[in-house]
Amino acid sequence: MLLLQGIAWIFAPANWASVNSGLGIGGEILSHLFYTVLSVAIAAVVAVPIGLAIGHTGRGRGGAILIGNVVRAFPTLGLLAILLILLGFGLIPTLVVFVLLGIPPLLAGAYAGVESVDRQTVDAARAMGMTEWQILMKVELPLAAPLLLGGLRSSTLQIIATVALVSEFGSDSLGAFIISGAATQDYVEMIGGSILVTVLALLADALLAGAQRLTVPRGVPRGAGGRTTAGGRRILTAPSGAPISEGN
Amino acid sequence: MSIEFRHVSKTFPDGTTAVEDFSLTIPSRETTVLVGSSGCGKTTLLRMINRMVDPSSGSILIDGKDIAEIPPVGLRRSIGYVMQNSGLLPHRTVADNVATVPMLTGVPKRKAREDALALLDRVGLDRALAGRYPSQLSGGQQQRVGVARGLAVDPNILLMDEPFGAVDPIVRDELQQELLRLQGTLGKTVVFVTHDIDEAFLLGNQVVILQRGGRIAQVGTPKEILANPANEFVADFIGAKRGKRRLRIDETGRGEDVLLVDAAGYAAGVLSADDARLVLTGSGPKSRSVSNKTDQAGDA
Ligand SMILES: Nc1ncnc2c1ncn2[C@@H]1O[C@H](COP(=O)(O)OP(=O)(O)OP(=O)(O)O)[C@@H](O)[C@H]1O
Ligand SMILES: [Mg+2]
Repeated sequence: MLLLQGIAWIFAPANWASVNSGLGIGGEILSHLFYTVLSVAIAAVVAVPIGLAIGHTGRGRGGAILIGNVVRAFPTLGLLAILLILLGFGLIPTLVVFVLLGIPPLLAGAYAGVESVDRQTVDAARAMGMTEWQILMKVELPLAAPLLLGGLRSSTLQIIATVALVSEFGSDSLGAFIISGAATQDYVEMIGGSILVTVLALLADALLAGAQRLTVPRGVPRGAGGRTTAGGRRILTAPSGAPISEGN
Repeated sequence: MSIEFRHVSKTFPDGTTAVEDFSLTIPSRETTVLVGSSGCGKTTLLRMINRMVDPSSGSILIDGKDIAEIPPVGLRRSIGYVMQNSGLLPHRTVADNVATVPMLTGVPKRKAREDALALLDRVGLDRALAGRYPSQLSGGQQQRVGVARGLAVDPNILLMDEPFGAVDPIVRDELQQELLRLQGTLGKTVVFVTHDIDEAFLLGNQVVILQRGGRIAQVGTPKEILANPANEFVADFIGAKRGKRRLRIDETGRGEDVLLVDAAGYAAGVLSADDARLVLTGSGPKSRSVSNKTDQAGDA
């Protein structure tokens, strides 16, 4: 019953203009997306080059796993609170938190992707006279793309879920409805907000899953997260340290 | 393009000494085969020629020039390299694989692709395969693409590391003949690694029999080695086969041609009465059954 009411709440035009004299649904969605896209982009710019370098050289893997585990070990809300108190509220500290949480899956996706490339293929590329940069860009990156996109997927979901939490500290996101709904015991608003966050996460995931399929290089058997040997056999490898954690 | 090893040793970081004080001159425009059992340092020796491995001591000269002074990337682009598992890039088509190195060196894409198609002809592959991916080829076809890629920059030196090791005996036989034919027209300096002594004797102008640590047991033409094994090791290495190489006439043979059998009783060939010439079918595993010879099918 509550669920239907929540859906009705979402489709009520008035709620798109403004809710509780704050931002309406449209505004909160835009704000949610703004934080998400910006944070994922920054996290990717930081994590992907480092992850590729780790995968290519085989050095620093231990460090990356450690960072990932440490970040993941913190309860997200606690981390958020501590950092916001330490760094002060505002756009930059909030983004820092999202970026921090978004980095580990991207990092793991990047290095696991490069590591999954058959060493013989890389060796052959080097023996042909490719420079290390060419090996990375022309061989390792295209073959690592599906796992890399997998990392991007986890990272995005992680950030979408976390952005919902910052409303606790006054920033705008779809989480605002959940929090204000809970505070005023307006469960319809709360359910409506929850549905919106869920749908946003599912849509983002579907979009990225599509992108992931598209990046599977032709000639390599379909499906992400696999390694092709010279004989074309496929060995499934789990992107170590990159579980799809969708929430907290 | 002669290649000279001068007192070359290689000890890997983990302490394994793969090659110790190896000296050899590899003559230009001929095929030199390095043969020896697993782990004797063949691959290490081969990869020192294109600086995929750098010697711990000693030097390697190509036409008198120490390769330690040549930047590895440029050196590798000028030397063809064919490996056992083809090493093709799985995300590129056959044509793109063959065109890879020329394009790295700045050959325009169009020309590189045209050249690639011509190379497919050269190695006996149908041009229709040009658009396929490596995973869509048979092992034998992959090796042919590997050879085409090795030849793509028209290198003077071609390094081949057990290139036919992973294909079945019939295809292997075809590929060997193809290589002989190619080498007849191209005249490259080929350095070929194998652990199969028959392959070594078939392909090599010069055969180098290696012992553990890259120690040379004997260097010579196949004839010289067969006629005069330098020591027990060499005699042993070719010896397991020597019993089989000694052929006798099969008493049950009928007609003009005389059937020859080896020591183990396997049919090894026929002595043709027309020209009284010995037709050897070789003594590889395939010749153990003469019927094999009659159903040689192409791999394409
Ligand atoms: N990168 C490396 N690090 C340490 N040891 C190595 C390395 N490469 C080769 N070796 C060792 O050096 C020795 C010679 O190896 P190499 O690969 O040259 O032998 P091979 O004659 O080619 O053998 P195979 O016929 O099995 O290919 C072996 O004992 C091997 O274990
Ligand atoms: Mg080897």
